[in-house]
Amino acid sequence: MLRFILRRLVQLVPILLGLSILLFAWLRALPGGPAQAALGERATPEAIARYNELFGLDQPLYVQYFRFLGRAVQLDFGSSAQTGRPVTTEFLERMPGTIELTLFAMVFAIGVGIPLGYLAARKHGSWLDSTSVIGSLLGVAIPVFFLAYLLRLLFAVQLGWLPGSGRQDVRMDATRITNFYVLDGLLTREWDAAWDAVLHLVLPAIALGTIPLAIIVRITRASVLDVVNEDYVRTANAKGLATRTVRRRHILRNALLPVSTTIGLQTGLLLSGAVLTETVFAFGGVGSALRDAIFTRDFAVLQGFILLLAVVYVLVNLLVDISYGLLDPRVRVR
Amino acid sequence: MQRRPQRLLAASAAALTAVTLAACASSDRDSGEGGAEGESGGTLVFGATSDPIMLDPAFASDGETFRVIRQVYEGLLTNELGGTDPVPALAEDWEVSDDGLEYTFSLRDGVQFHDGTDFNGEAVCFNFERWFNFEGLAQSPSASTYYQDVFGGFASTPETPNIYAGCEAPDETTAVITLNRVTSKFPAALSLPAFSIASPTALEEYDADNLSGSEDALTYPAYALEHPTGTGPFRFDSWDRGNGEVTIVRNDDYWGEPALLDEIIFRAIPDGNTRRQELQAGSIDGYDFVAPADYESLADEGFQVLVRDPFNILYLGINGGGIPGAGANPALQNPQVRQAIAHAIDRETIVTSLLPEGAEAAIEFLPPTVDGYAEDVTTYDYDPDRSRQLLTEAGALGTTLRFFYPTDVSRPYLPDPAAMFQVISQNLTDAGFTVQPTALPWSPDYLNVVQAGGADVHLLGWTGDYNDAYNFVGTFFAAKADGLAKAEFGAFNNPEIFQALATADAEPDPEARTALYQEANRLIMDYLPGVPISHSPPALVVAENVSGLEPSPLTAEVFTGVSIDG
Repeated sequence: MLRFILRRLVQLVPILLGLSILLFAWLRALPGGPAQAALGERATPEAIARYNELFGLDQPLYVQYFRFLGRAVQLDFGSSAQTGRPVTTEFLERMPGTIELTLFAMVFAIGVGIPLGYLAARKHGSWLDSTSVIGSLLGVAIPVFFLAYLLRLLFAVQLGWLPGSGRQDVRMDATRITNFYVLDGLLTREWDAAWDAVLHLVLPAIALGTIPLAIIVRITRASVLDVVNEDYVRTANAKGLATRTVRRRHILRNALLPVSTTIGLQTGLLLSGAVLTETVFAFGGVGSALRDAIFTRDFAVLQGFILLLAVVYVLVNLLVDISYGLLDPRVRVR
Repeated sequence: MQRRPQRLLAASAAALTAVTLAACASSDRDSGEGGAEGESGGTLVFGATSDPIMLDPAFASDGETFRVIRQVYEGLLTNELGGTDPVPALAEDWEVSDDGLEYTFSLRDGVQFHDGTDFNGEAVCFNFERWFNFEGLAQSPSASTYYQDVFGGFASTPETPNIYAGCEAPDETTAVITLNRVTSKFPAALSLPAFSIASPTALEEYDADNLSGSEDALTYPAYALEHPTGTGPFRFDSWDRGNGEVTIVRNDDYWGEPALLDEIIFRAIPDGNTRRQELQAGSIDGYDFVAPADYESLADEGFQVLVRDPFNILYLGINGGGIPGAGANPALQNPQVRQAIAHAIDRETIVTSLLPEGAEAAIEFLPPTVDGYAEDVTTYDYDPDRSRQLLTEAGALGTTLRFFYPTDVSRPYLPDPAAMFQVISQNLTDAGFTVQPTALPWSPDYLNVVQAGGADVHLLGWTGDYNDAYNFVGTFFAAKADGLAKAEFGAFNNPEIFQALATADAEPDPEARTALYQEANRLIMDYLPGVPISHSPPALVVAENVSGLEPSPLTAEVFTGVSIDG
């Protein structure tokens, strides 16, 4: 097991190296460059030249790259052109928000998706089945910003049940320890702060979780339909096992294998979905920062955040691989 | 506005928390702050488009940074409430010597900075000397943008001309600033937030000038990030960067009428739709840059849409100089062809159908409220037949125009670039031009291309910084170091215009200066380097229970007189 994890971590090195070269080349090839971004619409060519000189952007590309790499190894990705703060600090400050959001979105997608998919399969051909199939198609197709707009219109503007943006009420004076707001609230026993943070997570989590929800419903449904017709299910039924036992031990457990693969892949994808969701909900996570960085051509943040996110992505998938073993002894790693 | 249920819930939970707090070691809340919210003032939450960049006025150049700085700092001058004219702030009065080179400011007595130190003549000179003596990265054009714009070079860059000669403080309440040459920017430019007076003690204590940086970015010192210290009606309290929230609180020791609000939270909400819905949901009390399409519906819902007087210009730039190698259409060097473009554009329809209420058609590159605006410039009324005739005379009927317009952007002067393009493009086609459209993302692609002279005609505009004609027409049409106009206008060579602008800028007498700028405007509209189209009014919106916010044409609102009910 340990060797497996170590091997996977070593594989991370060439991936990150390749990614860093790609990123670096891509960002430098964009028109305009950081000088124009920083100096604004009325910048004179002289001012741009002076800026490039001051920041070493007139150096050959490979020199810039190796300097970048040398610092990146020490987790120093430079400072954000927008805020002037170290990229790593910004990332660590914002990642907890994104993790909270992703977790809530997955809890929503799994918690609703698996039961719904399972029921749809059991009532195969019923109205429930066709509704969930059509619904999941809609879920995949609807753009996040539009869904966000609708959700907020209904739950925040019309009903006033849930807050429509942000991570916590701005008037709330909460203690920060880990930057996981829900956790912080629980640790410090500021229950109102924790509850407020939970409420703030609901709408963005639904918006972000809709696509994985739709996919999980479809995969679960298809997978259960497959398993129901397997020989071992017939055998189990024939030998007189209680229906409940058959459903839980024989059908659901086996049907969940492809679902867990999907969940792993979707969790990784959520990190990219977070860019849009966090922006429309003004949610202070990694995604909204990435979006700002794209618009302002904040190269340091783009490079740093994307590389750090790649690390997170690989780690998430590693966790998923390990979790397979829990569900299916046959693929348990040695 | 009604408080929403979740707030009720939060409030009742807060009461619960107050009970548990005593037993809880890791919470660092003030135990007094359980729920007993104030007798006076209250908190206003304002939706901003982004975080400030940092909070040192000397390095500020963007609107959201200025918005916070205007509440925390003051300069020698400010703008009249709701207007554009410079009026006294930390200076009670000022006198100019006859040669226009020496400004004597009488300073307000008994003013203190937020750190408790005294504001006086020495503090004023400390700030001016600080700007003039910037070194290293502080000289970067992206750092001390406005200083370089107004004053020019630094002590250590004698090769770049600068207008600052020195500052003296003969006594506590006097500061004398001398200039190297007369400029119309002075003293109006001192109302810019970039020239706010900061506490010398705090500047030194928190290492304000020590900008560092790597290749890609400036890193600001603690002063700019955590300790901005001015004399304004509000004090800086905190900045939660992860959530984009800047909190400022009332300065109870303010020299003037103290602010009514207890605190203001500026909350960054980048998405325009989200800002509107958050206002409707009651989680913010107001926001800026209302989409023109929302003016009416928000007003119908009972919100106060505060429309500012227009202080901007939208124009169709023409590449009429033919910069060598840029591939501009040589036909545009013919004045008749430029006039044909001007006569082709139906400005009245544009103003009524594409711009918010209150927009005006422009006849020159200056808003009517700026001194130097001339009523009697050559105008070019909408007349497609005249256009066609001019084109025929010039032998240019069917001339192809590469027409550039931006995407992914909405500016106060240009709310919907694509719609604007469509109307003007149709106008030009009707008049006998062939339009070849190119759409580019605003920054940096579009700006790069059009400013390098890559388009035949393009849409661009400008919002004024302070009430001075040079801030508009000088920015556009003054000669650059090479003796030509900007590449954006085809680097045309018109010494008459260049001379007129330089003479006007150097004239110390305000009345004579106004006449000189009027003359410059006549010359510009005779030459027609571009077609001025419109001035449009941007708006901010606040909830029904907010009062006292006076919209400023410069987007320079100060929240001192603002209050909130319930």
